[in-house]
Amino acid sequence: MDHLDELEAESIFILREAFAKLDKLAILWSLGKDSNVVLWLCRKAFFGHVPFPVMHVDTERKFPEMYAFRDRYAKEWNLNFIRELCPPIEATDPTLPPAGRSAARKTLGLRAAIEKHGFEGLILGIRRDEEAIRAKERYFSPRDETGQWNLKDQPPEFWNQYMTSFPEGTHVRVHPILHWTELDIWKYTKRENIPLIDLYFSKNGKRYRSLGDKDITSPIESEAADIDAVIAELETTRTPERAGRAMDHEAEDSFERLRAAGYM
Amino acid sequence: MRQDKQDARQLKIVIVGHVDHGKSTLVGRLIHETGALPEGRFEAIKAQSERRGMPFEWAFLMDAIQAERDQGITIDTTQIRFRTERRPYVIIDAPGHKEFLKNMVTGAASAEAALLLIDAHEGVQEQSRRHGYLLSLLGVRQVAVLVNKMDLVGYSADRFGQVAEEYRAYLKGLGVEPSCIIPISAREGDNMTAHSGRMPWYQGPTALQALDGFETLPRPFERPLRMPVQDVYKFDQRRIIAGRIESGSLEVGQEVIFSPSNKTARIRSIEAWQAGTPETVRAGQSVGVTLDEQIFVERGEVMSHVADAPQETNVFKARLFWLGRNALEQGARYTLKLGTLETEVTVEAIERVIDTDDLSAKAATRIERNGAGEVVLRTRRLLALDEHEENPATGRFVLVENHMPVGGGIVSMEGYPDQRHLVTVRSTNITAVGHAVTREARTARNGHKGGVLWFTGLSGAGKSTLALALERELFAKGYLVYVLDGDNVRGGLNKDLGFGPEARAENIRRIGEVAALFADAGFLVISSFISPYRADRERAKEAAGAAFHEIYVKASLEACEDRDPKGLYRRARQGEIAEFTGISSPYEPPEAAELVVPTDELPVEECLGMLMRYVGERFQNTR
Ligand SMILES: Nc1nc2c(ncn2[C@@H]2O[C@H](COP(=O)(O)OP(=O)(O)O)[C@@H](O)[C@H]2O)c(=O)[nH]1
Repeated sequence: MDHLDELEAESIFILREAFAKLDKLAILWSLGKDSNVVLWLCRKAFFGHVPFPVMHVDTERKFPEMYAFRDRYAKEWNLNFIRELCPPIEATDPTLPPAGRSAARKTLGLRAAIEKHGFEGLILGIRRDEEAIRAKERYFSPRDETGQWNLKDQPPEFWNQYMTSFPEGTHVRVHPILHWTELDIWKYTKRENIPLIDLYFSKNGKRYRSLGDKDITSPIESEAADIDAVIAELETTRTPERAGRAMDHEAEDSFERLRAAGYM
Repeated sequence: MRQDKQDARQLKIVIVGHVDHGKSTLVGRLIHETGALPEGRFEAIKAQSERRGMPFEWAFLMDAIQAERDQGITIDTTQIRFRTERRPYVIIDAPGHKEFLKNMVTGAASAEAALLLIDAHEGVQEQSRRHGYLLSLLGVRQVAVLVNKMDLVGYSADRFGQVAEEYRAYLKGLGVEPSCIIPISAREGDNMTAHSGRMPWYQGPTALQALDGFETLPRPFERPLRMPVQDVYKFDQRRIIAGRIESGSLEVGQEVIFSPSNKTARIRSIEAWQAGTPETVRAGQSVGVTLDEQIFVERGEVMSHVADAPQETNVFKARLFWLGRNALEQGARYTLKLGTLETEVTVEAIERVIDTDDLSAKAATRIERNGAGEVVLRTRRLLALDEHEENPATGRFVLVENHMPVGGGIVSMEGYPDQRHLVTVRSTNITAVGHAVTREARTARNGHKGGVLWFTGLSGAGKSTLALALERELFAKGYLVYVLDGDNVRGGLNKDLGFGPEARAENIRRIGEVAALFADAGFLVISSFISPYRADRERAKEAAGAAFHEIYVKASLEACEDRDPKGLYRRARQGEIAEFTGISSPYEPPEAAELVVPTDELPVEECLGMLMRYVGERFQNTR
């Protein structure tokens, strides 16, 4: 087994644990490279099937390419697809910085969607290497009734045993690719030939490294026009991935505040 | 073989030690010196410290979020990556603060090697020891000790020697041999990546060399096959049994057994999606298989090869660590998770509590938070497991209280029998033939009912004496009565059995079945065996049903040892007899015996009287 095989085997194990232990489970599909990998891993874990709903919480501010991608693969992969909308910006905490408010819309939309469908578990494609605070995450991460993440008192996780049962009212975020890096995602995407939105590839000297909403994501300078070039670029860069996302830079703790409130 | 630098497997390491002994500083230094920091991070943090009017700390690199800086301690495992000439690393920074031991456990449990820091000035502290202890319990065998802050002790070789020796001795008590002990200053950079001119007396490896000296652990391909079943899928026409292979390997066509249900089948196919149709799979892989027969298998069972199946038991010993807010108590119930199986478990005994400061053991009825100890656990269901020594993945478990994982332990079967052979799959194709002569008819003819008086008790408690006396008395009164004891059973029926735990259990199983037949035939059977395990007696009870009467012939260990009619206790104490009940293997007293005969409190005649009265009341034909 090589490095990617090891990562894959671990992720599949986690997905199967989630499916075996959690009653109402769904996967959050943000249409980006990470959640595409998670979907792919689900199909590996469940032998070609995705045995739970695949939900897109839509801000309606994504790039048109993303919507086209979503509609195509939801059909092609035979997904049990659900689309939920986010509330208007006015519904968010006005003390947050502008880009933070935009992200907070997603939190509210997500919370409403969870409530509406009564999901007990939600699978998310976050990774430890994305941001310092994500490094603190567990594979199975419980949230209380208000969606709060208690990062100072998390359940221990060891010997492949996770917290898989919960008091009433709790729901759990499952993070099957927590241990992957951005580079791993790209190498795996290449190896498995997983479809991808081409905004990730360079056009006119710019490409997107991470895809959020149109208004809060900016492209980076790059000549990487195909997957091999992206991998080569990442192997040498030391700039963090989320540098292109406005929100992270506005206040030292905005990310943490959002995360504690249930934003992922 | 060519060492391909790019593809060398990544090593997961953990950094542990007492709070403030320099873990974060070491990590900051390591990632800076190996060029792993994101661009601008070092400068940003430096600028931030200045803004806050604080001196620059390497630790800030690790503690990059607000909550941590405010609290001033690292609160959780973070994963930080860097690479050396030899290979990539992931550091799991584990905190030193006592309150967060569960985070240290989370990090260290997945590490292949550890760096343990000790402050040269402060010396070995409580957490230095506790972390060392936990590393050994968690199975982290590769440990390098770094004696840090050598700058504070004037780079003194003597001081280094003292600290190194003290800690080496401690680790030795755990059976851990550190790969090296290195004097460093994480803050000043001595002996981190290069030898420092300030400690010419030290010629050993640097911290970085110590890391590169560790080995990535090989997967346990050579151990017996173990695949805990995660689930059984029926998404399409295939019925796929899914799980991860924890050890060994598996091929299409092989015969496998599922434990503890003990069902067997052959592997028809190994299923995969977008990965061809593999013929073999090995440890580490998450797989799915189909079988040649439609047997009922469920999550929690362990798949293995028939010849190399795991042990089965519902009682075992364990060394465990405890993280729960409430202490672990004798008699308390928890949920046990072992592999993919979950079952209720009772803490039957706390044999000792370990003081991690000096590794001394003492008796107690509870294990406090962050403590460790040795316990006997009894589960509601039969478990398939292995000795931790033989197969770590199936020899360890987690305890859960109120949904929260609160402890972890490793399994020892010392003194307990494998119950595998005792799970009599009662043949379903033989229907019991109804006897033409009814039980009532026999009772009427004999003047008494048949039944089993199952004597249990320590060696020397008086079982044989009482059994033979009772037999004589009852025979004289016209009873059909017979004593089963070692003499008449071991000579023939059980001639093929030795005295190990399994053989002893099988011995009891057969006696239970024979006794049940005698009872059915109308006899009053007195069986006189130590039969130390509750599980064995339960089985005998199942065989005889309502006719079974458990008689506890009770005398304290001290009393039996005093009597010692055959000199057996003396020999057991001298180690001449292995696994002697009460001395080197456990005796589990009955929980609800029908009759307790306290031979160390009453003279023999009175005990006999008790028994005679009991038989009269229960067995005499009253009609
Ligand atoms: N003099 C000296 N101080 C050190 C050294 N390493 C760490 N420190 C200091 O010890 C304190 C605690 O270090 P830190 O890395 O936060 O310890 P942790 O709690 O184990 O992570 C900080 O003030 C560090 O600057 C060293 O090698 N020499």
